[in-house]
This record gives sequence, C-alpha cells and structure tokens, in this order.
Amino acid sequence: MAAASSANLDLTLDVWRQASPDERGGFQRYEMAGMSPDMSFLELLDQLNDRLEREGKEPIAFDHDCREGICGSCGFLINGHAHGPQSGITSCQLHLRSFRSGDHLVVEPWRSSSLPVIKDLVVDRSAFDRIIQAGGFISANTGSAPDANALPVSRTKAELAMDAAACIGCGACVATCKNASAMLFTAAKASQLALLPQGQPERHQRAVRMVEAMDDAGFGNCTNERECEGNCPKQISFSHIARLNRDYIAGKLRAVT
Amino acid sequence: MAIELRSGVPDGAMAEKWSRHQFELKLVNPANKRRYSVIVVGSGLAGASAAASLAELGYGVSCFCIHDSPRRAHSIAAQGGINAAKNYPNDGDSVHRLFYDTVKGGDYRAREANVHRLAEISNSIIDQCVAQGVPFAREYSGLLDNRSFGGAQVSRTFYARGQTGQQLLLGAYGALSRQVGLGNVALHTRHEMLELVLIDGAARGIVTRNLATGAIDAHVADAVVLATGGYGNVYFLSTNAKQSNVTATWRAHRNGALFANPCFVQIHPTCIPVSGSHQSKLTLMSESLRNDGRVWVPRDQGDSRPPAEIPDAERNYYLEERYPSFGNLVPRDVASRAAKAVCDDGFGVGATGQAVFLDFRDAQARMGRPAVEQKYGNLFQMYEQITGENGYQTPMRIFPAVHYTMGGLWVDYNLQSTVPGLFVIGEANFSDHGANRLGASALMQGLADGYFVLPYTIGGYLAEATLPPADGSHAACGDAVRTATGRLERLLAVGGSTPVDDLHRELGQVMWDHAGMSRNATHLGAAKDAVRVLRERFWREVGVPGAQAGINQPLERAGRLADFLEFGELLIDDALHRNESCGSHFREEHQTDDNEALRNDDEYAYVAAWEYRGEDTAAALHREPLEFIEVKPSVRSYK
Repeated sequence: MAAASSANLDLTLDVWRQASPDERGGFQRYEMAGMSPDMSFLELLDQLNDRLEREGKEPIAFDHDCREGICGSCGFLINGHAHGPQSGITSCQLHLRSFRSGDHLVVEPWRSSSLPVIKDLVVDRSAFDRIIQAGGFISANTGSAPDANALPVSRTKAELAMDAAACIGCGACVATCKNASAMLFTAAKASQLALLPQGQPERHQRAVRMVEAMDDAGFGNCTNERECEGNCPKQISFSHIARLNRDYIAGKLRAVT
Repeated sequence: MAIELRSGVPDGAMAEKWSRHQFELKLVNPANKRRYSVIVVGSGLAGASAAASLAELGYGVSCFCIHDSPRRAHSIAAQGGINAAKNYPNDGDSVHRLFYDTVKGGDYRAREANVHRLAEISNSIIDQCVAQGVPFAREYSGLLDNRSFGGAQVSRTFYARGQTGQQLLLGAYGALSRQVGLGNVALHTRHEMLELVLIDGAARGIVTRNLATGAIDAHVADAVVLATGGYGNVYFLSTNAKQSNVTATWRAHRNGALFANPCFVQIHPTCIPVSGSHQSKLTLMSESLRNDGRVWVPRDQGDSRPPAEIPDAERNYYLEERYPSFGNLVPRDVASRAAKAVCDDGFGVGATGQAVFLDFRDAQARMGRPAVEQKYGNLFQMYEQITGENGYQTPMRIFPAVHYTMGGLWVDYNLQSTVPGLFVIGEANFSDHGANRLGASALMQGLADGYFVLPYTIGGYLAEATLPPADGSHAACGDAVRTATGRLERLLAVGGSTPVDDLHRELGQVMWDHAGMSRNATHLGAAKDAVRVLRERFWREVGVPGAQAGINQPLERAGRLADFLEFGELLIDDALHRNESCGSHFREEHQTDDNEALRNDDEYAYVAAWEYRGEDTAAALHREPLEFIEVKPSVRSYK
C-alpha cells in the first residue's frame, strides 16, 4: 500500500461533467477539505454530491452498487489509472489513505467510443452484454444436466477457469488499452469455458462469435501491450487472450473446411 | 376486501407433495407457450434463472433490471456458498436433514412444504450450475469439494472461492444472455419498476422509468414475476448494495399483495464496523472467521490500552463464557445480539465504541501464521484495505450489520402472491427461511425458485387463467403511468434543501436503534412515531435537483426512500404485534431468565401477512397458521 495518511486530507478534484451523450463535457474543479482517510473514493464523491445537492446543483452521476469490489458497476480513470493508483482493486475499494493531503486528482469516465458517456462518469457498457449474448455461455437448458460429479474436472483446470471467471465486467481493460480493445473481457469468459470439459462442444464456435460481436461493437484489436492485465482489478491474466486467439483461429479454419 | 390465505400446499406425504403437484398442475401445450408473455422484474439469481428457464420453455419473456447489465444484481456479492443435499462427503446428509435443519434454523416460522421442496430441488441446482460451467471448488480427484458452513454438522456447502454468488449469477446471466441472443427474451437494462398494472384484478404489467432517459412506459404481459430482492436498506447501512430497495414489492403491496413477516431481518455478526459519518454501506466478512478467531471485549469499560497489552485475565471472551458448547460458533442471531449487549453496556472497542474484537493471536500461536494466511488471507487483506489495520498484528474489530430479509411478499405454494398472476421469487418473497436464514441457503432458494419451481407453477396459472387481450393502450396502463409520473413530479416539486441521503440516514438510525437486533414495545412505539414524523418531513424538506428526463440519481433515491418511509412503519407494526422472540426477532419482554429468546408457539406459530389499507390507515393482519408435521418445534439451545 502507498504511504498511509492518518490525518484528514485536503484534495483538489477535477471531475468530468457532461450533461448528456450529445453535449460537450468538460472538467470542473472541486476543493474537498478535511476528508477522513478512512473514506472510500466513492464516499468522497458522496460528500461532494451532498454539498452540491445542498446548493441545489446537480450531483455528479456515477454508477455504483455493491461498494465491495464485485458488482463491476463503478470505475473511473483517476489520474489516468483505471480504478486509481493501486492495483487489484476497484474504485469503491480505494480509500483516501492511499493519497496525501494536497493531492490533485483528475477523475474521468472510461474513454472508448464503444463505451460512450451517458452522463458525467456514467458510460454505456451494453456492448459487453452483446458479446456475452453472442456466445459467452454453455448451452445447457434448465433440467438437462447430468449429475454434477458425472464429469470430473481437473483441479488445476478448475482453478484456472476460476481465475478467468473472476472478471467483473467493469471496463477497465478497455479504458486502459490504447486500442480500446475488449480482448481481456472477451477472453476471460471464452477461456473460462474453454478450460472446462463442459465447454468443449461449443468452444471454437463460441470464440468466433464472441470475437465477431466484439468487432461489431467497434472495440479495437489486441497488440500485446498488456495494459489491460496491469489495470484489471481482478488481475486477470493476459494469457487468456492467447487461448481465445487459438480457439478463434481454430474456429475460423473449421468454418473454411 | 375479504382475503383468505390459501397456501395451496398439496395433500399427501411430505416427500411426495412436490412431485404430485407437478403432475397435477395443468400444462401449457408447447406450441401455445409462445403465445404467452411473462414480465420478470430483477435479474439476480432468482430473476435471471427464471427468465432464462421460461424462455427456454418457449414463453415470450421481458426482463427488467435497474443496473446497466443483468450481471450486476446484488446476488453477485454473496461470498460463502450454496447448500445441497448431495451427501457427496458421505457424512449423513439427506434431503430430509437439509429440510429439517432449515425448518429448525428458521425457528419454526417457515412453511414446511416449501422448505421440503427446496431441499428436494437443491441437488438439481448443483447439476445445472456445473453444466453451465460454474467453476466450483474441486478435490484433486476432479470431484466437487464441500465444506461445512454456518454451524451445520454436515459438509453440504458447494463454493467457488469466496465468490460463489458471483459465479452462480454469471451462470444464470449466461443462460439469460443466450436467450436474449436467440431473441426469446427482451432485455431492458437501467429500467426501474414504479407501478404494477392490474387488469380485471390480475397482474398484467408494470410501469417503468428508463433510468438513462427518464422515459416512463407501461409494459403488458400475461403474468408478472417479481425477483427484486430484500428490503435491508430500510436501515440505510447494511451489507446490501446501494441500489437494493423495496419499491417493486411495496408498489405491489399497495396494489393488493400481502406483505408477510416484514420484521424478520437477519443481522450478520461479522461485518466491518462503521468508521465515521461518511459511511455509505457496510462490508461483510465471511463468518468462517469465527471458526478460528476469538471474540472478546475488555473487562473494564473504556479500557483504551492497545489490545495486545490487555492480559487474558482482563479480557471477556463473552461468547465462550456464555455458550460453552458452541462458543464463538453460535448462530448469527445469537452472536449479533451478544455483541450489541456488550457494546450497549459500554464495553465496545474502537473509536466509536460500537465494535468487538475478533482475535487471531491464539490461532496464529496454535496453527502458525502461514496456516491462518492460507485459510483466511483474502479476508485479512479485505480488512486491511478497508480499515488500514493489520489483522495478524492487532485484533480485527467487528460489529453486526443488517444482511438479509426473511420477510417479503406473501406467496402460496405456487409462489403466487395474493394478486392473481403476480409471482414473487427469491429474497423478495417470505416463504422458506422463517424467522432466521441459515448460511448458504439464500443462493439455493433464489435458484430453486427461478430454475425449478416457477417455470412449472406459472404454467399452471397460465393454462387455467382467462386473460382478456390487452396492450399498453389499456386504461389501466394509462392510470398506472399517471400515478408513477405524478409521484415523480411531486418528488421534484418539494423543492427543499435536505439531500435524500440525510433523511435516509435518519430513517436508518431510527430503525437500527429501535427495530434492530433487540426490540421492545416502548422503543417500537417511539420508532413508529419517529418514522411518521420523518415521512412528513421528507415530503416538506427533501431537495431533488435536476429534472425527470435523463439520469437523475437523487430522484431515483428519493422515490425509493419514499417507499422505505412507508414500509418502515409496517416493519415496526409487525415487530410490535409479534409478542414473542423467534429467530432474528428478539423482543426483550420475551426472554428466559438467562436472556435467551422465548418463542410462543401457542399464539404465534403463524405467518403474519399484512394487507395495505391506505397511507393513513393501519394495515390489516391476516394469519396463515403454520403446522409442523415432520419437524416438531423444540427450543434452540446453544449453551
């Protein structure tokens, strides 16, 4: 962890304000004095919004829900880092003790034309849903399953699948990629299912469909920069992208033959 | 309105009721299913599994959620696991034992037949989830691993690290997404249900606000399913997600659906304490910590020495002293009340005095720090992330927090509310957990309802119902849209300057202080008055900036708080009327000489189902008597 502050902090925030998808946005400066180091970053925004609401002004819109790092709703660039300067956490898990009094924080929404801004820090991530709808599942109708222990799964594979399955769909990978690629998001799901025996029948078709949906949504391609892995709050490995690429190629070749 | 509560529990032996009922339910011809449409509100475990399963059967489904994606519903935050009666560990588990434990754990306030069905279905859920690719923990053999959870004496809990809820939800979300991709489910994200539409007395639709654009629309179908979760946020601070709310169920209640047992609220003992007035929500730490951590407070009030400097003789290990046989592993309700009692007596620790220690000093001495790290490392990390303290070096501080609500809309055996065509599943209904829910059974119930119960029972309803054709132009839709719009306009027009959250915090404080872990008639009466005053103040003082159009988060919160302010009073009424202590509901007037809960089966072995009678009229009580045929009520003792 960064040097811990125990005294209250004075922070300067530059926050992206944008009234609607079609309007031009811009940064607005807010001074926040005497903030507790025990406050989470979202609670800092709560404090600011409380002040704005008392002044009869519109508060800063931002997505949030569970506030414990699992729902994937929240997420901003804080001084250019997705979810802030610490690795392995989401914005809601970031606490002010990670900062120093006097710090200047620039807070922006994810930047990608495939995740367009709706308002302030809120972006439209429905493209992620469309990628999953295209093939991010195993087609097992309710009631059709054999006994759960009928198909043993190697523990190593199950653990690797779980590593990939930890993705929370927040969008940090896209926001930090210079190509605005959604390959880490897409690969996390495709790879989870490709690692499991249950996922084999649809494996190659799944890869092709998901990648095509990703391309349709306008996400860029992967050029092996690994920014996504470094900024992923769940530290999902870049190696899953390799597995997706292999399955995608296999799927394409099968389609040809 | 004359209401007769008919549970509709089928005749026959307990173990045969569900299969018999499945046979007796009328079927909808496969070719006709596509002529029926169903609205599912909510996309958590119950909603997503129901929407997917109904679409697989061929029904036309519309699914609504308040999030930007169905994957973000609060089921995602469940950590521990999901129970099933597989008996893979060969340790004596069975459908009957799971059924028995759940009825007993619920302190004999659940409907036996529903619980039995839940236990029967539990195994199919695990099969279904594995088939979907849910990465449950496995043994080196490749077979599924189980652990013991929440004090159960058998290992029946399946888990996926500390993210079981996430993985189960993503499985259901995958199944739902597949049906969306196939065109069988119309998905409406960022939509909040604001009204229920009734046509000829049956639930036929909902009115929603598009949270991104502000548009208000009516949606019509042949049946409506609510899977909208619990009402824990009436306490403001809880482990629930910030957006979890009572609006959908409360609007249904106002339209005729009875609300059952609202006073049954589960308070979880191992949460990270409040750090200051900025606190926006509470974080749960898995109760598995109590397996090795020891709970204590100093024997001297206001002892401000660092905990490590307080010698053992001056520590009060109050759970071990009071409950020698269960010690730190007493059930959730018992552990929570004991923590409150020592803090109320002035022995609490930390800056606020609202916390007790959970100490791993002895566990590290016994097992070594690496073993503690291996077992609980992620929880220690989480604790340090939030508090800035190292739990290996200094005891953790914990305090109870509102976690789950057992009460909900009353439903019959078919999961249908008192409004025909309105089905309620998952945490939103009341049916399976009685007065106290056991660990790892919420996920089980959500998925049982959605995958395996509702898809059958809703077919029985549709096959027999006579539903006139209707669409959004029906007068009832116009009326419901006007009601919803009028309410939003009213909220925006108050023009006060108090932020919504200020008033919500005040409500939460009243509820926590007087209708929380420990209740009495005097405090409940005072709380009822306080909630009424607060409700009046809300409609005078609240400030909602912005407009109806577009994203307006204060407006969303104001609407939800307005409903919580009405609902809170019902919760208090229910707590006031239940003159007994059972499960999570502890009435100080009803305790044994050594301060344990005193249940009153002679007078209160019933479900309290409340009928809405108007904003200024007291709700009317209807009783569904509970019969215990298989599991004879006994006193829960953990001494």
